[in-house]
Amino acid sequence: MKTFSQLKKNLKLDYTGLEHIRIAVLGDTATQFLVQSIRAMGYDYGYNLEIWEADFNQVERQVFDSGSELYEFNPTYVVIFQSTHKLLGKYNKSKSEENAQLADNELTLIENISTALNSNLQAKIIYYNYPEINDGVYGNYANKTESSFLFQLRKLNYELMVFAAKQHNFFLCDISTLQNQSGKSNLFQTSVYINTDMVLSIDALPSVAKLTLDILGSIDGKFKKCVILDLDNTLWGGVIGDDGIENIQLGSLGIGKAFTEFQYWIKKLKNRGIILAVCSKNTESVAKEPFEKHPDMVLHLEDIAVFMANWENKADNIRQIQRVLNIGFDSMVFLDDNPFERNIVRENIPEITIPELPKDPADYLEYLYTLNLFETASFSNEDSERTKLYQVEAQRTVLQQKFTNEGDFLQSLNMLSLVEPFTKFNTPRVAQLSQRSNQFNLRTARYTDSDIELISNSDNYYTFAFTLEDKFGNNGLICVIILEVESDKKLFVDTWFMSCRVLKRGMEEFVLNTIVNFAKEKGFSSLIGEYLPTAKNEMVKNHYKNLGFKEAGEEWVLDVNEYENKKCYINKK
Amino acid sequence: MEKSEILKQVNAIFVDILDNEGLVLTEVTTANDVEDWDSLTHIHLVVAIEKHFGIRFTSQEIQGWSNIGEMVDCIASK
Repeated sequence: MKTFSQLKKNLKLDYTGLEHIRIAVLGDTATQFLVQSIRAMGYDYGYNLEIWEADFNQVERQVFDSGSELYEFNPTYVVIFQSTHKLLGKYNKSKSEENAQLADNELTLIENISTALNSNLQAKIIYYNYPEINDGVYGNYANKTESSFLFQLRKLNYELMVFAAKQHNFFLCDISTLQNQSGKSNLFQTSVYINTDMVLSIDALPSVAKLTLDILGSIDGKFKKCVILDLDNTLWGGVIGDDGIENIQLGSLGIGKAFTEFQYWIKKLKNRGIILAVCSKNTESVAKEPFEKHPDMVLHLEDIAVFMANWENKADNIRQIQRVLNIGFDSMVFLDDNPFERNIVRENIPEITIPELPKDPADYLEYLYTLNLFETASFSNEDSERTKLYQVEAQRTVLQQKFTNEGDFLQSLNMLSLVEPFTKFNTPRVAQLSQRSNQFNLRTARYTDSDIELISNSDNYYTFAFTLEDKFGNNGLICVIILEVESDKKLFVDTWFMSCRVLKRGMEEFVLNTIVNFAKEKGFSSLIGEYLPTAKNEMVKNHYKNLGFKEAGEEWVLDVNEYENKKCYINKK
Repeated sequence: MEKSEILKQVNAIFVDILDNEGLVLTEVTTANDVEDWDSLTHIHLVVAIEKHFGIRFTSQEIQGWSNIGEMVDCIASK
């Protein structure tokens, strides 16, 4: 990671063309360097962050005054950094009989801050949790003494997680974990604190800024979706082709424990929705043997969405994996123990994240923990089913090759779609897809759960969520439309995005038939579409044109009364 | 290390952090003589100097220097 001095040089670079986002930063200690670090780190994440910094120690004044500069600035993100040191100060000054109420009182204050922010802004809140200070007053006995500072501090960190779990737009930035990883002497430096009232050391600033940007980026749709794994000396010790299945190191053999624990970590990622792919220089049958037969393998073939084992170069194989999965290279992580392979892939596909795995496999996990590669802004049960969906997609590809006529193939799939407005059941998935969809997304407006709730309760919007199932399985909710009433004659397509899993099935035509018929029934005469280009959505550049909309300046217009239903092979469920 | 050598190395650190190529420090240079050398930048410089020379200053030392010469003396005494 860059040092603060190196990071600061970003501030002089040209930010034009980068995505512009407004952030407010409020803290109870000196935050100038933190603000510089966040803006500079933003450059490396592709953002031009316009940051408004509250004056020193003004969190409450800014938040509870609805006419404050904070609200005038109207940020999209509010970062709040209340320090453990100031918390300790409050504890020190409180009466002994109030010591045991510290966490509850503080949590009430934070809840009030969150409520006030929500009633004045449509912003996401990023709240820094509390790195531990043990004042040592009770020794180890602090752990069983409710009125000790340590007890109250840990309680507050825990209660904050409970609170955050219930709030859609309140995100915790876990700087306490940073302190656990790098040590207190690295996160905090007394001379810096005494001289400037900064509670972060100069060296910690880039890490804290990165963690903040990880959260912001994941809310904005920048996160990892797939891990591509090498096999020999990455998933197991040794070379399967040379050593044979009895001698590769796994489980209790040699350094096997390190690889087994590494595999458990990968398995957890898969269970939370990260797609796994294999890319190995091996003969395929030899490479698959441990997955099928080795008793200590944690990962099995059904965990792997795409398995590429051959003697071609890895960059080509990874391009092939990308074509099957149809996700961006920048959402992929490639793990390989061999620096030569890493460099070849890095040179050919610079967008992929390729960690410099340590030489000693025993260090893999601890190193990967510190990178925070797998930030996410949401989690739903469907995430864990993702690998199955991609494997089913591979079966469809095989079937498609048997048909020469596209229509016959689509007919044979027996496709059904359930069309519903947003409900409390589909809201999490709608919000999640809104954050994930980059390619098939006409306007790339990102909505959280709470935004979606607001929209579905508004009379000004009509909402549609589409599922798609066929004889191979259910893709779940894959397409979302939000129509905004522009006048009593016009409906504006505020949102149209679709999962790339269901491209080329005629879903676009089915969706258009559905919304045109809806518009007709409600007495509207035209649909207005708009395409806002991003780095990723060129795929839908001609979307409205292809569907028969007429160009009108920046917009696309469709006369619903002249519309004839398009041919498609999807039936309403 | 000779004080002149320390001064040379301190100068290089100032140039890097203040992003000021033409900056020339002498023993009598003070914060008032150097653009952008405010209290926050001061701590950034101090931490960089600590790292460069592999030393640690006390909090009082950091607040106590009245010019570059005293800072260099302090480094030399470590």
